[in-house]
Amino acid sequence: MSAAAVPHTPHAGEIERYTFAERIMHWFTAATYLYCLLTGLAFYSPHLYWLAYVVGGPPTSRFWHPILGLGFLIATLWMHAIWGRDMQITSVDKRWLANTSAYITNDEEHTPLSERFNGGQKIYYWLMVYGALFLLFSGVFLWFPEYIPRQAAWVRHVMILVHEVAALATIGGFIIHVYMSVFMVPYSMAAITTGYVTRAWAWTHHRLWYLRVSGRQG
Amino acid sequence: MANGPLQIKAISGHAGPVPGRNTSNDYDVCKLVDVTTCIGCKACEVACLEWNGYPFRETVFDNSYQTMPDTAWNYYNLIRFNEFSDDNGNVSLLMRKDQCMHCADPGCLRACPADGAIVQYSNGIVDFQQENCIGCQYCVTGCPFDIPKFNPTTKKVYKCTLCSDRVGAALEPACIKACPTGCLHFGSKADMKDLAETRAAQVREHTSHKDAGVYDPLGVSGTHVIYVLHDINHPERYGGLPKDPHVPWMVRLWKGPLKWIGDFAMTAGIIGVAIHYIRFGPKEVEPDSSKPGGSK
Repeated sequence: MSAAAVPHTPHAGEIERYTFAERIMHWFTAATYLYCLLTGLAFYSPHLYWLAYVVGGPPTSRFWHPILGLGFLIATLWMHAIWGRDMQITSVDKRWLANTSAYITNDEEHTPLSERFNGGQKIYYWLMVYGALFLLFSGVFLWFPEYIPRQAAWVRHVMILVHEVAALATIGGFIIHVYMSVFMVPYSMAAITTGYVTRAWAWTHHRLWYLRVSGRQG
Repeated sequence: MANGPLQIKAISGHAGPVPGRNTSNDYDVCKLVDVTTCIGCKACEVACLEWNGYPFRETVFDNSYQTMPDTAWNYYNLIRFNEFSDDNGNVSLLMRKDQCMHCADPGCLRACPADGAIVQYSNGIVDFQQENCIGCQYCVTGCPFDIPKFNPTTKKVYKCTLCSDRVGAALEPACIKACPTGCLHFGSKADMKDLAETRAAQVREHTSHKDAGVYDPLGVSGTHVIYVLHDINHPERYGGLPKDPHVPWMVRLWKGPLKWIGDFAMTAGIIGVAIHYIRFGPKEVEPDSSKPGGSK
């Protein structure tokens, strides 16, 4: 007697939203950013200094923060190689961005349809790309301050300011990004982890992309 | 001199109260360097190395009396020489003992993110605690006198301690002990300020240095190392002593308003998304209405 043969077909009826390379790339970026965020917040505020102990102790944090920061920049460049073209802001996005308030208030009726990424995701993407560039550029000066001569002390002062402002800007985007993916848009964590979404999910959140990849339009 | 253990009145990178704040009646200590009686013998440099247990550093000859270009992580004080010729062609050999100034408003302590890596005792000594140092060198950025020095091997920063270990045991700093001319003095800030002003007046009266004065810069709320200079209007002639030192305004901005704004923005952001979720809730998936029967 054998059990009825039920063919195991993972993600049957679903569509692939992120390839394996995209998922690895995303989570590599996330991990490096998160480490820099936790250690950076520890250096930022005495009230958050305990975070440095959570990730290995303060001197260890000082050692790894710039190295993983470099990893974050590499990850971001990798991301740009894969997503750069998808992230160009088009007229579809401009329409979406002009109606951001409808999206924020869950007013589906007045939310313009979006492509593979919506206007908000693209804004976040460019915020992080430029944020990463500014953070690494200013970070190099903070990494090796001993090579900056006394006469050029102003360089250190300016770079500290650039680093802090760029970090705060990315944190603002990051809070919204995590909130959106974990709470606001159910199944998006599954999408970026397993790579697949249901057709209804794609129809709901990225209809133009869905219609295109399912060969029904465009 | 301080008696008994030193009380701490300020701690770098520290959240919450500081143990010794407003609890001590210890008086401010001060080192007086009278450059008009310094002979450049470097006994203070040797005494400093002896007390702190560091080897003598290699000297670098540069056609002057200068022993080496700068202080180092294991060389806390250095006589800076300058052959200065005035408008009339008169040459004078200016000498200044350079070391940590122990500012009343220490830029290093303000800039430091590491809890307890820099402390200020209630007697005014600013001391680095290397076991808490993370090697970020923000103290170098905060210091208007370019004093803290990084040790690349241990990844820690070092500077003159004003012999806090000696002062805490009621002894004067090692450099003071070694000075053969009496150009170095140690005592309470009030006494040293008095002595310095008296000496400056004496110099003005009995020599041609009519601009002699006391260097105790207000930009850093005064220092616990003060100088008597021949010409108070030109401190930069003494190996680059800054005329108006102050904690860089960028450091003040970064450790002050920017911190409050950033903390507020991050907190507001997190509260904001939480309120948004409670008000609007998640975006529900709707079926594909273009297909008969919809899609799953």
